[in-house]
Amino acid sequence: MPKFESIKQLEKYRGKLLSSRKPPQVLVCGGPGCLPMGSEEVAAAFKSQMKKRGLKGKVVLKESGCQGMCAKAVKLMLRPQEITYQHITAEDVPLIVEETLMNGRIVDKFCYQEPDGAIKAHKSKVPFYQGQLPIVLSRMDLIDPGSLDDYLAAGGYQAVQKVFGGMKPDEVIDAMERSGLRGRGGGGFPTGRKWRLCREVPGEVKYIICNGDEGDPGAFMDRAVMEGDPHAVLEGMIIGGFAIGANQGFIYVRHEYPLAVKRLNQAIEQVRKVGLLGANILGSGFGFDIKISKGAGAFVCGEETALIASMEGQIGEPHPRPPYPAVEGLWGKPTVINNVETWANVAAIMNNGPEWYAGIGTENSKGTKVFSLVGAVNNTGLVEVPMGTTLKQMVFELGGGIRGGGEFKAVQTGGPSGGCIPKQFLDLPVDYDSLQSVGSIMGSGGMIVMDEHSCMVDVARYFMSFLHDESCGKCTPCREGTGQLLEILTAITKGEGRPEHLPLMEELCATMRDASLCGLGQSAVNPVLSTIKYFRKEYEAHINQKKCPALVCRALLKYTVDPETCTGCLACVRECPANAIHGEAAEPQDIDQELCVKCGMCQAVCKFDAVKVES
Amino acid sequence: MKNDSVNLTIDGRKVAAAAGTTVLLAAKAEGIDIPTLCYHPELKPEGHCRLCVVEIGEAPHTRLVNSCTFPVAPGLVVQTASERVLASRRMVLELLLAQAPAAELIQKLAADMGVYETRFKKGHPQARCILCGQCVRTCREVVGVSAISMAFRTPGKKVATPFAEESEACIGCGSCVFICPTNVIAYSEKDGVRTVWGRHFELQPCQKCGNYIAPKAQLEHWAKITGEPVESFYTCRDCR
Repeated sequence: MPKFESIKQLEKYRGKLLSSRKPPQVLVCGGPGCLPMGSEEVAAAFKSQMKKRGLKGKVVLKESGCQGMCAKAVKLMLRPQEITYQHITAEDVPLIVEETLMNGRIVDKFCYQEPDGAIKAHKSKVPFYQGQLPIVLSRMDLIDPGSLDDYLAAGGYQAVQKVFGGMKPDEVIDAMERSGLRGRGGGGFPTGRKWRLCREVPGEVKYIICNGDEGDPGAFMDRAVMEGDPHAVLEGMIIGGFAIGANQGFIYVRHEYPLAVKRLNQAIEQVRKVGLLGANILGSGFGFDIKISKGAGAFVCGEETALIASMEGQIGEPHPRPPYPAVEGLWGKPTVINNVETWANVAAIMNNGPEWYAGIGTENSKGTKVFSLVGAVNNTGLVEVPMGTTLKQMVFELGGGIRGGGEFKAVQTGGPSGGCIPKQFLDLPVDYDSLQSVGSIMGSGGMIVMDEHSCMVDVARYFMSFLHDESCGKCTPCREGTGQLLEILTAITKGEGRPEHLPLMEELCATMRDASLCGLGQSAVNPVLSTIKYFRKEYEAHINQKKCPALVCRALLKYTVDPETCTGCLACVRECPANAIHGEAAEPQDIDQELCVKCGMCQAVCKFDAVKVES
Repeated sequence: MKNDSVNLTIDGRKVAAAAGTTVLLAAKAEGIDIPTLCYHPELKPEGHCRLCVVEIGEAPHTRLVNSCTFPVAPGLVVQTASERVLASRRMVLELLLAQAPAAELIQKLAADMGVYETRFKKGHPQARCILCGQCVRTCREVVGVSAISMAFRTPGKKVATPFAEESEACIGCGSCVFICPTNVIAYSEKDGVRTVWGRHFELQPCQKCGNYIAPKAQLEHWAKITGEPVESFYTCRDCR
């Protein structure tokens, strides 16, 4: 690949790429869901089968980024037909090569199946994809993330071309402001305004940072983007650097994302070589470079001032604002920090125009948002929907409804410090403001769906234990508050709750929200307050009746054997780790409540459904 | 710009404050008392304790900020003792009472606010550290050696020397002990040896009167930062 010294050279090279003949492609999903399920083995099987069948050079094999629908791993995308296959193992490969690649026939058993049995082979017919509007994820099942050619052929770096082809920094910022893009890391601060603030601060040296410290349990949006389309992040940052007047960018990635680090490094090397990073990019006179800074995995380092402290080699603790990073950031210089997904939106906005972007979404939340839809839904995975899509659409259309046909109970948005939204708000359009109005947050885009098997007290306890562990401990309300909330919630799940605990938690939460130093402590109260507000009866059942209606809190459960159904097969006796089950063979068994540890093993192994659990 | 004066309102009073100063200092200059815990005039404020919170803005868009770091701004409206502020301070003190049941200063500050008991689960009855960070900041900013720092996050957070071993950087000056508002840092002096943070420091006697001056390590530190020979510090202040 040549070094591009002008826009013309880049354009010429792209033209050459596009004019070459495109053979059919097999894209094996290499996303976070499919990789551990064996996508490398699947890819290896394709390689050897295609060689065997003489398809080498006639069909191109690629490993793509996350294709969404992670529940159906390993996923395949066959182009140009856009056929999606699911649950693929290495053993399935010969059949796919024979039938689909050689004979052009669709194999039904690898296709998505509707609950009514209808087979959906093409991506455009699968409901999971139908409700989506991929912008950030648009190249996920299209390109090989390690190939700059692929990115260029898909229109990559066209936005850089456009910006350097005659736009002024102020015009770029104007466009960002008009697009209405708000920070995708959770805060929701208008991106264009943030850039302008930083641009207007006097100073020769400015920095931009990409925040890739994604740490929410169950969230992998940013990881998927960094791994699956690293150049989109770089392109956004180059434009951002130009607009703000920064010549150095940093990507802060947690070291638990080794593949993201590898792909980003690879992408940075590629664009340095062709002159899209470095001095005098495309002959514009503007120079810009990007370095990777690895985080050690503290959740709080996703908070921008803590992130900066961590990058400076200090303890990863937040600092009071003001001063804001836009004024005094990394090493005291004006700094813009945006999340991975925010950066990945920039090129699309430049290419299609701010009006196009602002035409998507709701009044105050423009564009699309990537969510990791997980929990008790059939189709878990990564989705990108226009702002304003309702929770109902997300859960029942894209998500394919509750797994196992159960009852929807709540959805938790925004990561560990988000709130739990109950059934009555299923029609809520998902955007920054509406989520806040019901006591939750957009956060970075976690979306955990819960059914009737989730105990909301236990859910609050779980998230509080996470937040307590991850609280940096600098300020009193968060450090001591998360600990005391965890103490109380644990007591309630053990049947040791007292009626005064609820008002005490509410009072404590008010102070934590008001007086904590950073967003972690301020929002840590959301899981507690939202569950108390919407599921108060469940708390009261734990506290007053010492019962857990969802049958989750072990201390409040009682396992018994129904003497009518028990055959005395002794399967439970053999499995019981506490030797708590007694009785003669072929006679009904009895569980000693003193010895029982309530592990539920007896119920799991009983073939006759004779073990009952109640609370 | 630093010499400019800024007009703001504190507790209904029109106040002029030096630009660049904090709300806490502006209030203090007006004789308005805001309780503090981790604040010290000699240290860079860090906003650890959240006792000094004040309410800023005008209803309904008010919020709490810590006054020790928040800069004054033209037209800023500040309430230092609103219901919301007081409720927050009381809650912070209640949490600290539970964290450090043996810290007398906390008991006093709490009593001043009408808080005599905590409703939360108490820590060890002898616990006194409130993690205000004054010792760490003094060691870093005043002494200039950073022998101690905060270690771990919330569940096991404590002030410690690196790897909880004897700190080579420590000069045994005892500034951390002196500054600690709850007297929690163990310190002893016996037979010409000072012990702090688990390390023993030989004390240097005055060449004239024989009274101990300071640990040898501290005098060496002085020699290093002043460029004077270490022997020049072997005479105590009284005999100089």
